[in-house]
Amino acid sequence: MDFWYKLLEILPFEWAKAGQMVFMKNALLAIILLTPIFALLGTMVVNNSMSFFSDALGHGAFTGVAIGGLLGFVKPLSSAIIFSVVFAFLIALIKHKSKMAGDTVIGVFSSTAVALGIFLATLGGKNFAKLNAYLVGDILSITTKEIGLLAVVLLIVIVFWFLVFNRLLIVSVNPSLAGSRGIHTFWYEVIFSCALAVIVTVSMSWIGLLVLNSFLVLPAASARNIARNQRQYHFLTVAFSVFAGIAGLIMSYYIETATGSTIVIILAIIFFITYGLRKKFA
Amino acid sequence: MKELRISENGCQNGCQKHSCGLCCTKIKNFGVTLGNTVILEDINLHIHCGELTAIIGPNGAGKSTLIKALLGELPHTGTLEYVQAQKGAFQAPVIGYVPQNLNLDSTSPTSVLDLFLACNSRFPAWLIKRKKEVEKVKEKLAAVKAQHLIDRRLGALSGGELQRVLLALALDPLPDMLLLDEPVSGIDQNGMELFYQTVSSLRRDYDLTIILVSHDLDMVRRYADRIVLLNRTVLKVGSPDEVLQSQAFYDTFSLRWQKQNNTEGDKD
Repeated sequence: MDFWYKLLEILPFEWAKAGQMVFMKNALLAIILLTPIFALLGTMVVNNSMSFFSDALGHGAFTGVAIGGLLGFVKPLSSAIIFSVVFAFLIALIKHKSKMAGDTVIGVFSSTAVALGIFLATLGGKNFAKLNAYLVGDILSITTKEIGLLAVVLLIVIVFWFLVFNRLLIVSVNPSLAGSRGIHTFWYEVIFSCALAVIVTVSMSWIGLLVLNSFLVLPAASARNIARNQRQYHFLTVAFSVFAGIAGLIMSYYIETATGSTIVIILAIIFFITYGLRKKFA
Repeated sequence: MKELRISENGCQNGCQKHSCGLCCTKIKNFGVTLGNTVILEDINLHIHCGELTAIIGPNGAGKSTLIKALLGELPHTGTLEYVQAQKGAFQAPVIGYVPQNLNLDSTSPTSVLDLFLACNSRFPAWLIKRKKEVEKVKEKLAAVKAQHLIDRRLGALSGGELQRVLLALALDPLPDMLLLDEPVSGIDQNGMELFYQTVSSLRRDYDLTIILVSHDLDMVRRYADRIVLLNRTVLKVGSPDEVLQSQAFYDTFSLRWQKQNNTEGDKD
């Protein structure tokens, strides 16, 4: 971390000076690690029209936190991860087994999860307010240990993307085609859903459930407006995501706003700019 | 089709396809029931390789269902047996499949090259493209006269172009059996002609077993070796002339043709 702090001293910002605002420097590093994770997974979320699904995962994670709190965990992250992975698996399974429209299945699970989460969190007249942190999120609260965790997660996601991306892409193009080439489409969907569930849950307390889905959807949706193949698509998605992350964090420092939503607003602006340009790249 | 080279893969898959002519596919007592609805029953077919077998039938006859069952995507009764002179009978032939359409989001940033690399390369398609692999893909596309489409997005292809690209994909690695589900509409006459010519020369060059679900009776008459008339079960099998002039064919299709003729008459 010392190296990182030293490195930042070359920046012309007040907070970047030696010994100043450690939380800000930590947050900046966290954003640089976190945004590519969301960008990579987001490309496939948009490919597979899963943005409603990823939104529901956040709700599942929230219920996981509530269950963890009930069971008396101090940091309910582990229970939240377990619950949201189970939740993701169940959605994938029922979507696969029943002929119901995917968004109906997701809707059923998503609203049930939120209701259950609020029910459990307020059980016995407890105050809901302590869970607000998960709704809005606070990247400035991140600790150095958690940054280490993020670096590991980023590494895992990159390796994961190396190993399974090709298969996921074929499944997203056409499941029958994938099946004819010996790919077990259902299990690939499950693997991806679970990976998504873990990432959403881990980052919930820093980004906030209410805006988290935008981190997944907006960079990829913007890149999609102007990308013509998967290489451009990935490069642009990651670039937009990291740029908006850094710009949003620094802006939120000076104008004193919540970091997550500031980043999302920048992402939205990028989206509308690329949307305007899309005909030039079509 | 002058030079569609047999890939090494094809030979590893175990045959000298261009010389045998001794393989065949046996579909025995095939049936598909979904819920309480019997969609297919008592399907018995003996399909020779090197032959283009077309499946025709009215809407809802179960044509696409049969393809999906052959792919193993739908549960079915009965067996699919692939017999080869050297190897004897075995049950899991390598299947090449050309879907009816992709139902793809037309804005998807997936190029033809991406699709090929995703299918046949261990290296992730999102990172970099390697020259050697790009050349390979170009060769494969050239076989269906589609090499100029390599950098186009899948969503930007016309129906006929997409179909040829998917055909090239289905031939890599070279399959034992090729299943083609022809789109109901959206392909111009030239594209259709080109597609049928390509498929038709494939069967000669590689002795492939080709099963084609078709909606274009005229094309089928000109290019197919055998026709299977399907409506929940096999109504008639034979050469194009045999089937198209049979009573069964007349009973299945005459009503529809009459209707079509009537509406055309109304327009006049």
